[in-house]
Amino acid sequence: MAVADTANQKPAVLQRRQFRSLATTRFREWFILAALACCTAFTLLITVTIVCLLVGQTIQFFSMPETSISDFLFGLTWSPTLGNEKLFGIWPLICGTMWVTVIAMCVALPLGLVTAIYLSEYAPKRLRNVLKPILELLAGIPTVVYGFFALVVITPALQAIGIQVDFYNAVSAGIAVGILCLPTVASLSEDALQAVPRRLREAAYGLGGTKFDVSLKVVVPAALSGIISAFLLAAARAIGETMIVAMAAGALANLTIDPRQQIQTMTGHMASTATGDISNFDVRYYSIYAVALVLFFITLTLTVIGNVVRRRFQEAYD
Amino acid sequence: MLSIFYQGMLAFNPPQDEIVAELSEIKSKLANVAADSSDAQDLTVRQLELRELQETIDKSFLSKPPAPSAREAGIGPALMGSIWVCAGCTAFFLPLGVGTAIFLEEFKPRNKFLRWLSDMLQLNINNLAGVPSIVYGILGMTVFATMFGLFGSPNEPFFELGTKFKRQYVTEGMQVVFVPVADRDETPTLVDGMTALKSDGSEVKLNIIGDDDDFPEDDATLAVSLFSDSDGGVVAENAWYSFRLPFGRSVLAASMTLMLVILPVVIISTQEALRAVPMSLRQGAQGLGCTPWQTVRNVTLPAAIPGIMTGCILSMSRAIGEAAPILMISGIVAISMGPQHLMDDFSILPLQIYYWAGQPVNDADPFNFQHVAAGAIIVLLLVLFAFNSVAIVLRQIAQKRLS
Repeated sequence: MAVADTANQKPAVLQRRQFRSLATTRFREWFILAALACCTAFTLLITVTIVCLLVGQTIQFFSMPETSISDFLFGLTWSPTLGNEKLFGIWPLICGTMWVTVIAMCVALPLGLVTAIYLSEYAPKRLRNVLKPILELLAGIPTVVYGFFALVVITPALQAIGIQVDFYNAVSAGIAVGILCLPTVASLSEDALQAVPRRLREAAYGLGGTKFDVSLKVVVPAALSGIISAFLLAAARAIGETMIVAMAAGALANLTIDPRQQIQTMTGHMASTATGDISNFDVRYYSIYAVALVLFFITLTLTVIGNVVRRRFQEAYD
Repeated sequence: MLSIFYQGMLAFNPPQDEIVAELSEIKSKLANVAADSSDAQDLTVRQLELRELQETIDKSFLSKPPAPSAREAGIGPALMGSIWVCAGCTAFFLPLGVGTAIFLEEFKPRNKFLRWLSDMLQLNINNLAGVPSIVYGILGMTVFATMFGLFGSPNEPFFELGTKFKRQYVTEGMQVVFVPVADRDETPTLVDGMTALKSDGSEVKLNIIGDDDDFPEDDATLAVSLFSDSDGGVVAENAWYSFRLPFGRSVLAASMTLMLVILPVVIISTQEALRAVPMSLRQGAQGLGCTPWQTVRNVTLPAAIPGIMTGCILSMSRAIGEAAPILMISGIVAISMGPQHLMDDFSILPLQIYYWAGQPVNDADPFNFQHVAAGAIIVLLLVLFAFNSVAIVLRQIAQKRLS
């Protein structure tokens, strides 16, 4: 009897203390978790809203009498304002975007890669600690500044070395976008090079490779998927860049093989349309949604592929 | 780059050689003509004009409003607008971004399905970081600024708070008076003896001239006289707490849109800061009986604060330089004052630079809008360098504390 009593009772020390109920704590934990989950759900909401909005308004755009999906996808003229006949063929805008992106990548990829190889393989640690923040600072410079730079420095410089460019042209805008993308390429590629395990380098040195051999023939190929992902993410950024092309590339949608002329990109069209009146719901206003949908689709594809490649690459060496 | 810097320095002290030259020319001419001739009067008027111009030019570049002439232009309202928008944006992205990062990083689920969901959310955030900012601009324009056109246009909002309307009249004595009205569409009936406000806030009694009344002669009566059928424009006066739906081209719409652009960046950098906190700290807290939230609040978050702040400051500096989304929301606005409340029109530094850079350049003029744009760029870059240096210092503190 006495034994059973002591088993049911709490120890003497605990009997004296009044324990607070755990209910409030449990509720607080639950409440905070719910609030944090709401914050996270908000990011999902952003994506859903972007997709629904762009698709919905694009359907609205194609339901207008002036437009048709086949004209939009296969038409070769983009003239939303000029003349009586408004033509919405996306190709001139895609051509402009392509020119700017290709030129930008021609600038950013070699320079960025060389910078990354130097920082990762050659630079002494102290220099690296100085150069990396500078690279980050370069990445933080606003795009309008690059646009102004293209307008005031790059175009006159091109003219001075004898390239016959128009005042607004695809080349200088492309070069400026390339400078903008350079830090992205450099720092992402540098991460990729750093992630290559030491043992690969040591094996190459053991076989008698020089530093150049090791960097170029072992480390770079080993980090190739990381570098490709850096390239794709930078290309996505170049395609979506707005202010530089709005300032330096002109505003004439032009299906051209000559990048010295002025062109208009997809983003440039959106910027020049929205600078007007936002409450004017006409066909030109809705055209920005259709163009934005195409832009969103292209950049999303590049970003998703880039992120997947990067993740695979990280897993390969983990 | 150096040429931009040189051009920009000029903007802080625009050249006045021509004005000074013309002034001295006038002075020498004035000495030669008779004091009461019409020539002398013209010259004196011109002299006063030039002096006034000189005074405007001499005002600080940082506080002057933008003007149609390059020499008189400044960045006052744009700088204030940038500060407002950046502050508003920070107020939104800080709780949302840090909250999301904590949820994804510190409350990792064990359930297989939930873990898949959390991976998807992470992938979604990484992809959101790659969406061009102009797409966010379109989103903000449609969702925040016009609200799908569901609530009427921004000029005739569906809901308004803290806005008072007045009708503005010009009396026969060329005085401006205001008559308060209840709403935007109301036209007040003008009756003799009703009170109106002058522009300095003092009250006056109006004298209304009906069809049968005589036109008053003396100036004092003229100053408060209105015809009974005179028409006035609507003037809206917003209190500091004013609010409306839809948001229109307001500071609030712009801050929320910028928040969308910055949010993925903040989440990713906060996650990195949280990941840098050693696992042993969390395990220690859990061993002492902390609940998950207590661990985060008392251990993980304090340890990660410098890292989180670094990320947030870098994001703020990105927000200050971002122009494309704001261009979609507000376009180019010429205003003479910085924003006074969250619903006010505004302009920001990058847009001001964009506008000035697009102005036609007159090569003959030694000082044009390019110089002003370069000056604004210098101010913008200085702000960014300040932000970045703070961030770098904080990062060093973070690394020291955790190692």
